[in-house]
Formats: sequence, C-alpha cells, structure tokens
Amino acid sequence: MSLWLAVLAACALSYALKLSGYLVPEEALADERVRRITPLLPVALLTALILTQALLDDAGQISLDARAAGLGVAVLALLARAPFLLVLALAALTAALVRMLTG
Amino acid sequence: MRSPAPLGRLTPATRQGLAVGVATGAYGIGCGALGVAAGLSVTQTVLTSLLLFSGGSQFAFFGVIGAGGSAGTAVAASTLLAARNAFYSVQMAQVLRVSGWRRLLAAHVTIDESTAVSVGQAEAEERRRGFWVTGLAVFVLWNMMTATGALIGDALGDPRTYGLDAAAAAAFLALLWPRLRGRDARATAALAVVLAAVVAPVAPAGVPVLVAAVAAVVVGLAPRWSRAERA
Repeated sequence: MSLWLAVLAACALSYALKLSGYLVPEEALADERVRRITPLLPVALLTALILTQALLDDAGQISLDARAAGLGVAVLALLARAPFLLVLALAALTAALVRMLTG
Repeated sequence: MRSPAPLGRLTPATRQGLAVGVATGAYGIGCGALGVAAGLSVTQTVLTSLLLFSGGSQFAFFGVIGAGGSAGTAVAASTLLAARNAFYSVQMAQVLRVSGWRRLLAAHVTIDESTAVSVGQAEAEERRRGFWVTGLAVFVLWNMMTATGALIGDALGDPRTYGLDAAAAAAFLALLWPRLRGRDARATAALAVVLAAVVAPVAPAGVPVLVAAVAAVVVGLAPRWSRAERA
C-alpha cells in the first residue's frame, strides 16, 4: 500500500466511523434499554480517556507522574468549585512545575 | 429540521468550547511537525488534519510510519483510535437531531472534545452550542497549527512542557464533573476506569477506551434487570 493510499484510507475510515452513529435508524434507538445506554457512552469513553491521558504510561501501566499531579490538583479545584478555566490553568501549572522540578 | 444553536453568544458552553479549542489547537503544531518528520509530505500531513481530523489517530498513524511500519499497520492503528468517535456519534445524533449537510458536517467534528463540552452542559440548547463551538474551534485551530508545524517545525516545543497534557485531561474531567452527581453516570465512570486499566497493559492504543463502552452497556441494562427480577 502506498503512503498516499494509506492516508486516504485512514481519512475515509475515520469519517465513516464518525458518520455511522448519525445513520442509526430512529427506531433502533427508541428502545428503552438503548435510550438508557447511549447517554452513558460518552461518560464511559471520556472517563477511560482521562485515565489513559493522565494516569497510564505508554505501556498501559499506572504511572503517577506530572500528569497525575495536574489531575489531582484539578480534582481539588473542582471540589472547591473553581471555574473551568482556573481548573485547566491549575492543572497545567502543576504539571509544568512538577516537570521543571523533576526533569 | 432544527437549525444549529446560535454560536455567537458567550455562554458557558461557548467559553468552554473556545478554551478547549485553544488548548487542543496547541497540539496541532506538534502534529504537523511529527507528520513531516515521519516521512509524510506537507500536503499529506495537512490533509490528515483536514480529513482524518482525529488527533489520536493522526499521532498513531505518524508513529507507525515514522518507526518504519507498514502502511496497513498505520491505517489499522489510526482506525482503532478513531473507532470511539462512532460511539460518540450515536449519542450526538440524539442531542443534535441534524440532517442534510449539517449532519455531514456534525459527523466530521464529532471528536472527544466536542462531545465532552456537549456532555458537560445541562440544557439542550447549550449542549448543541457546546458541540458546534468546540468542534469548529478545534477544527480551525487544529488545522492552522498543523499547517504551521508541517511548514516550520515544532516552534513551540513540546506542549507537555507547559502542562498542556494535564490541562487536556483536567478539561475532560471538569466537563464530566457535573454529570458524575448522577448514580448511573458515577457507576459507569467507575466501571469504565476499571475496565480500561485492566485492558491497557495488554491492548494496543485506543482499545482500552473502546472497551470502556461496555461499562455504559452494563450500567444501562442493570436497573432493568433488577426491575424484571422484582416483577
């Protein structure tokens, strides 16, 4: 497979996946069980995403590093009802500081 | 057909969407630099941001090509990381209720960030606004920064130096936070963490997040089972 073909195939597959959920027929989503599950899908996926982004290393092992420190401070800020931008800024600042001090 | 929520007003969803757009966009420069470093042309690199438009997938694709892997492996790695967008799109279709060209556009900007900002809002109109503002802000900034990175290299240095990786995770957490008051959402999140953590050491990138979808299915079905048992 040439590189061009690979680029275009990856793009086409990505779009097909993104579009697929919009093409699910209304009837298929009318079922009560399905209506209970679909709002929980982003919750499940985004929670797992936070885990992989902040607490797992490239090998998939738990790694408590600068990212975890940033996330920990974000939790404290959220518990203190800090506004959204402050939560982000504190998390970034913490991770940057930990990296500066340990790196 | 419902028209998309007006984007202009500076509501909480708009502010959050723009903030997420800026934080995410900053990664675009590294994406552009990495694509060219991996051996793609500037055109190919820029096209992945325009058409593939899924940061994790693009980094995975470049990673495989840069390490000398086959084109097929690169497509597979990219697609594994893009697969979760299919799950987002099922839910976003319900929130947005769009058809025609708006549906085609909505699909393209259905990514982690736009879904998360939408999920973080309490009212229907804010959910739609959060999705569109975030999706379009990330798209514009991501593509501008990718082109910059592809042409002039990684001028900003590693975004991690500024703690932007932690800020991204913190943004997702802050957006989910109000939802986690609900019992079902909390149970789903807890189960998702366990599933992803168990699978992560043995699965390729992208799969742990996909496996976490099982948590939504389990929790979504659970109350019904208990009612059926009582009946």
